[in-house]
Amino acid sequence: MAKANAQAREQHWIKTRNLSNIILILWAIFGIVLPWMADSLNSMSFLGFPLGYYFAVQGSLIAFVVLIFVQNWRQDQIDDEFGVGDE
Amino acid sequence: MANNSGAEAKRDRRFVDNLGRVYAIYTLGFLAFFVFMAILERLGVGVQAIGIGFLLFTISIYAIIGWLSRTMEVDAYYVAGREVPSVYNGMATAADWMSGASFVAMAGGIYFGGYPYLGFVVGWTGGYVLVNSLLAPYLRKFGCYTVPDFIGTRFGGNLARFSAVLVLVVASFTYVTAQINATGTIAAQTLGVPFSVGVWFGLSGIFICSMLGGMRGVTWTQVAQYIVLIIAYLVPIIWMSNKQGFGIIPHFSYGEAVHRIAELEAQYGLAPAAEAVKGVQVLTVPVNEPAGKGWAMVSLAICMMAGTASLPHILMRYFTTPSVRQARKSVGWSLFFIFLLYFSAPALATLTKLQLLDPNLATSVIGKSFEEVANLEWVKHWASVGMAAVVDQNGDGIVQLNEFFMRPDIVVLATPEIAGLPYVISGLVAAGGLAAAMSTADGLLLAIANALSHDLYYKIIDPKADTRRRLIVARILLIFIGAAAALIATLQLTGILGAVAWAFDFACSGLFFPLVLGVWWKRANAPGAIAGMLGGLFVGTWYLYMVYNGLMTPWIGIDHLRFGIIGMPVSLVLMVVVSLLTPAPSKEIQDMVDEVRIPSGQTILAAGH
Repeated sequence: MAKANAQAREQHWIKTRNLSNIILILWAIFGIVLPWMADSLNSMSFLGFPLGYYFAVQGSLIAFVVLIFVQNWRQDQIDDEFGVGDE
Repeated sequence: MANNSGAEAKRDRRFVDNLGRVYAIYTLGFLAFFVFMAILERLGVGVQAIGIGFLLFTISIYAIIGWLSRTMEVDAYYVAGREVPSVYNGMATAADWMSGASFVAMAGGIYFGGYPYLGFVVGWTGGYVLVNSLLAPYLRKFGCYTVPDFIGTRFGGNLARFSAVLVLVVASFTYVTAQINATGTIAAQTLGVPFSVGVWFGLSGIFICSMLGGMRGVTWTQVAQYIVLIIAYLVPIIWMSNKQGFGIIPHFSYGEAVHRIAELEAQYGLAPAAEAVKGVQVLTVPVNEPAGKGWAMVSLAICMMAGTASLPHILMRYFTTPSVRQARKSVGWSLFFIFLLYFSAPALATLTKLQLLDPNLATSVIGKSFEEVANLEWVKHWASVGMAAVVDQNGDGIVQLNEFFMRPDIVVLATPEIAGLPYVISGLVAAGGLAAAMSTADGLLLAIANALSHDLYYKIIDPKADTRRRLIVARILLIFIGAAAALIATLQLTGILGAVAWAFDFACSGLFFPLVLGVWWKRANAPGAIAGMLGGLFVGTWYLYMVYNGLMTPWIGIDHLRFGIIGMPVSLVLMVVVSLLTPAPSKEIQDMVDEVRIPSGQTILAAGH
């Protein structure tokens, strides 16, 4: 029982870690890569904005909000799957 | 005593059960007050009376909430009894987070600073993804009262705890002086008193919110302050946009304005002023030209993001929720509420700039005759306090782009006047700025006082102290730290924005990796964490000192606003190397880390510890 429990915890942590890794990669794209490339993105246009500028003032911000809500939704599923949710 | 705390718990329960109704009534009351003030203005009541009305009305409300939240219980004082629902914790965090710098200075910074400056916008929002992924849920599971509480228990030993207290105090104290400075500036301008008096006035307002109720009082006033500050930020933008014909909600349609400004900048030419004027500046940086500025923007954003995830006054807000799941949820709500202001700031900066530059608009000043501009009501007002200036330096009688001077900090405050909105809007903006600065100062002062009273006094100096004594010590420290911060604020050593950026750099240099690795790397041990905290803080501070005083040329463009880029890697390398050279942490500590990683079960530290 204790062993099965330990194994389940291990599985839970692997899934949690993988989810965090994916979120952090997306975070790096919106928070670092796109703002760095703004100059080349500016030749494109979105909603009338130059695209690179748009990401820095709005696009990346929206992405951050969505990332957190998606991560939490998925993390709740993982917690429930292994029966370790606290609600 | 038991009787007393029973009554306290009952009063508290009633309040928490009715949160929605209480804050709905409060919001309607505030809007009604706004309308009432607008009517008074129509009837001819003076500008100063309206400004004073706004400040006194809002501060009295905060004071009432502070009084109702008074407590003599440790859990209520340190973590608001861990009963703050996620949406309200999100609002409180947003107010805690958005300081005078966000509210007053950021849009002006974007106006004058151009693309690299947007690093603040991206950094101060993106940091929450790190908070959510790496820290908040795990720290909540830990059950700590303060951030050094986590460091001290996870790594073990007083030295680790003390190092964390040191970084916390350096970062938060730098930050809080800037906030008290901002409160003083707003109070002084609105009430018409000297700055030094305004500072003490602001400080007493801050004490009213935090002294009696600790974290509980601060939480419920911060929710009220968020409501005031977001209304005060959005109403002027939307009103201005409708009046000037930029669209009903301008946020999604000001792309055209960006193009138009770029055109006008090319037409006028962005030249430095022929002769500088002290304290104010002309526009020299183009609105949108990121070529070659990628690193400047991203390095700033990285420091601000990592700093967000290491600033104790933010992290400790996530200790107040009832569960781990609620803690995560409230990070999402926090960022959503912050986003509402942050995606408005660039819109405000852009539209205000367009109004001043575009000759097709009635509000424009560039290209007009010198006499006409110097006699505009708002120009006269801000010029009289030395925060704006129009000087005909080439003697042609026409205002050129490089002859129109402004202090960046006034862009938000002056926008309603530039757009010709009634004064009641300016009163609203002042109340919002005060709410933003006060709420952040509250959180910071509490973070410092709690770390000193809980971690230094109770955990290190006198572990036998009883509850009463602990809470009295906490309050005395709060007063002393607040007074010290106010004294330093009256000296006005640095600008608001510079000091805020430094606070983030201090925090991420010293605390980011020790916190993150404490959860994510079981092998991390006390000597490693101590080396990481002290080494990162020391090297970062040394770099700041050298660069700020001109003793060294900034390395690859890393100036004094970005010294976290130097401190963080030092902290990481030291922590990893020293941890690997010293013995692994004990089995109990490794098991504790395992326990932190799942949401269910008991917290590591029990209530009332």
